[in-house]
Amino acid sequence: MSNRYRIWPVLAFFLVAMSLEVAPMPEAVAPWRPPWVALSVIYWSMHRPGRYGVGVAWLIGLLLDVLKGAVLGQNALSLALAAYVTIKLCQRLRVFPIWQQAISVSLIIAVLGFVGFWIDGMTGELQGGWLRLAPIISSMVVWPPLTWFADRFVASRVRR
Amino acid sequence: MFTRGPSLGMRLFLLAVCSILLMYLDHQRGHLQTVRQALSVAAYPIRVIVDLPSRAFLWAGDALSTRRSLQEDNTQLREEQLEARVRLQRLETLQAENDRLRALLESRPRLPDRILVAEILSVDLDPFRHRLVIDRGIADGLYVGQAMLDAAGVVGQVTRVEQLSAEAIMISDPGHATPVEINRNGLRTIALGTGDSGRLLLPFLPNNADVKAGDLLVTSGLGDAFPYGYPVARVLTVDRRPGEPFAEIIADPSAALNREREVLLVWQQDRVPDETTLSDDGDGTTLSDDGDGTEDATTAADAEP
Repeated sequence: MSNRYRIWPVLAFFLVAMSLEVAPMPEAVAPWRPPWVALSVIYWSMHRPGRYGVGVAWLIGLLLDVLKGAVLGQNALSLALAAYVTIKLCQRLRVFPIWQQAISVSLIIAVLGFVGFWIDGMTGELQGGWLRLAPIISSMVVWPPLTWFADRFVASRVRR
Repeated sequence: MFTRGPSLGMRLFLLAVCSILLMYLDHQRGHLQTVRQALSVAAYPIRVIVDLPSRAFLWAGDALSTRRSLQEDNTQLREEQLEARVRLQRLETLQAENDRLRALLESRPRLPDRILVAEILSVDLDPFRHRLVIDRGIADGLYVGQAMLDAAGVVGQVTRVEQLSAEAIMISDPGHATPVEINRNGLRTIALGTGDSGRLLLPFLPNNADVKAGDLLVTSGLGDAFPYGYPVARVLTVDRRPGEPFAEIIADPSAALNREREVLLVWQQDRVPDETTLSDDGDGTTLSDDGDGTEDATTAADAEP
């Protein structure tokens, strides 16, 4: 579209996030896998709310559904919701200190967790028990390094 | 940033309605095969990329293995092959004898199953479910419900086919049930997955059922999901509880669930693609000898639509 922004760094960022989302992990720690794609959606809609909004998030979610073999629309809905909440709060989120930001992000992830919980409950795939809450904590832990990495290596390449 | 078009909340609402519609169509109706297949073309490269490191690791292990370990492997495989061949000789005569006897009894002969080797892509779909992705798809003639084995026993069945890959559910998934029979006496029952890849549960056998620790469970062929006679699990413990109507029986899957790299896909006789023409003797189902309709209600039910 406009020549002032490059799209490929963001594209690569999401590709890596998607790969991490399905990369093999030992069975014991697999429930603790951070929701990388959701975190990336939150990051980009926090920093570029005009460009990466609910529509883009929804499309990414649709691709994630196919990738993870979920019901078509499940991740699409939750990622669109994540983008919506983030854009509504982005003015405040951006000026938060990083630890406060991490807590707010994990709260958004918690909301998504409940959406996933309801959908799984309705499609009869409800498994996991308390471990379903694990991504809330792990996303709080990975948010600061993710922001640091994206600020330093990706966001600088997007402009111009 | 003044947005053009509908407001943000409105957009979210529209997308939410879209997603709910999609979920309904996909889960309740299964209408969205084509959409999913189109999107899977975009998702397939990601799956391959994710699989690359472990494949490279395996390849490096192969490439860097020493001459000595290769020789050891070779002699071991040679011995195994010799053993297997000796057994196969007997199997052939037994097969011929079995066919003759079946001809005498005027029942349909059992036809050999068609088999294809597929590789498992190391992709984690969901930590709470036992699903896996294999590198064969529609292009190889796979179909939903196809049985998947490894060298030691049943692994699971195919739940979703895409152009180049397919998703499968393992017998240890909590949503999967395998129709089995006890090899020793032909007692039929259902083996449920538990979410633990080393345990299957047999909750539907009464306390007085003839089952012992060490019994081999094989597929019963009922429910048309798995072909008859492949090993599923071995009974580990039988807990007969006097106060309860059913015994608690735990079995250990024969297949190396979660540890293998390759699986075998088996075509049932009525689903074999056309190049092997087997259709001249009726409908060609696997089972012809015993009551087919007795356990209809308890077929291989899994959570997929």
